[in-house]
Amino acid sequence: MDAAAIYERLKARFGDQVGDCHLQTLDPFIMVQPSTIEEVGRFLKSEPDLSFDCLTNESGVDGKAQGVIQIVYHLYSYRHRHGIVLKVETPRDYPVVRTVEHVWKGANWLEREIYDLLGVTFEGHVDLRRLLMPEDWVGYPLRKDFVEPEEYHGISTRRESLLK
Amino acid sequence: MSLINTMPEMVLTTKADQFLNWTRKSSVWWMLFGLACCAIEMMQTQGPRADVDRFGTAPRAAPRQSDLMIVAGTLTLKMALRTKLLYEQMPEPRYVISMGSCANCGGLFQLAYSVCDGVDKVIPVDVYIPGCPPRPEALTEGILKLQEKMMQEKWLVRRSAAPAAA
Repeated sequence: MDAAAIYERLKARFGDQVGDCHLQTLDPFIMVQPSTIEEVGRFLKSEPDLSFDCLTNESGVDGKAQGVIQIVYHLYSYRHRHGIVLKVETPRDYPVVRTVEHVWKGANWLEREIYDLLGVTFEGHVDLRRLLMPEDWVGYPLRKDFVEPEEYHGISTRRESLLK
Repeated sequence: MSLINTMPEMVLTTKADQFLNWTRKSSVWWMLFGLACCAIEMMQTQGPRADVDRFGTAPRAAPRQSDLMIVAGTLTLKMALRTKLLYEQMPEPRYVISMGSCANCGGLFQLAYSVCDGVDKVIPVDVYIPGCPPRPEALTEGILKLQEKMMQEKWLVRRSAAPAAA
């Protein structure tokens, strides 16, 4: 099934909850509302003719200029060998997205990573803790306006350049 | 017939410091502390080809049984505090070898937000081994250098002087 047909199926089921479809890009993507992403995911996974059983990747993009953070879901179906990309936009100052961890268990750590590095809260996630940074770290390193602190627990984060 | 019975009774004269240092350097037990790809080379060093057992070293899995910590790999900030805790659990005298670029200065990941730029920011380091990762020969050389350093220590003097300084 190609991206346009998948979009048709989603539009028929969810109506306005599903936004625009962009077919001209290398990976066609569909915009989805943050609150409905879990139901959309469950639908895509459970319908026999779609059966997106694999969440290949889930990542976050900080769009500082637009004031939004995008969450990007790369889905793939091993049975039908087709793929689709979903995108969710959430405001940068209050980023909350419904989790898909209950649909694809692999999203657990991916969402923890996004939470860790971009500060997006995933509603309904069972274990939303920092993944790469220490638990008591302040700030979200992949945000465009992140400024690295001078030190962490007395450990300086600076080092003289070896080339000087 | 055992060898010892064929030998005449012997007397060795040496300095106490030197004797202690010799015993110490001849049984360096190092803690398994592989953090990244350097750990693979560290395992190779312990393996039959490089075989650092020849120099009296043995790997241990616990800090409380170890004399030497070989920090092999990228030290993240998350791991840094735990490294310090493990170092503090080791009984004195304790030594640290910083193995590879990442442990020396952060290496390739120096500017990354999550990486501690060198293990010497957390604990004192005795020997730095360059390389990315260093070959088993390099780590062997590092252990030999550490043994040289151990042989030059004035342990008894240092011990008697310590309370006055404190």
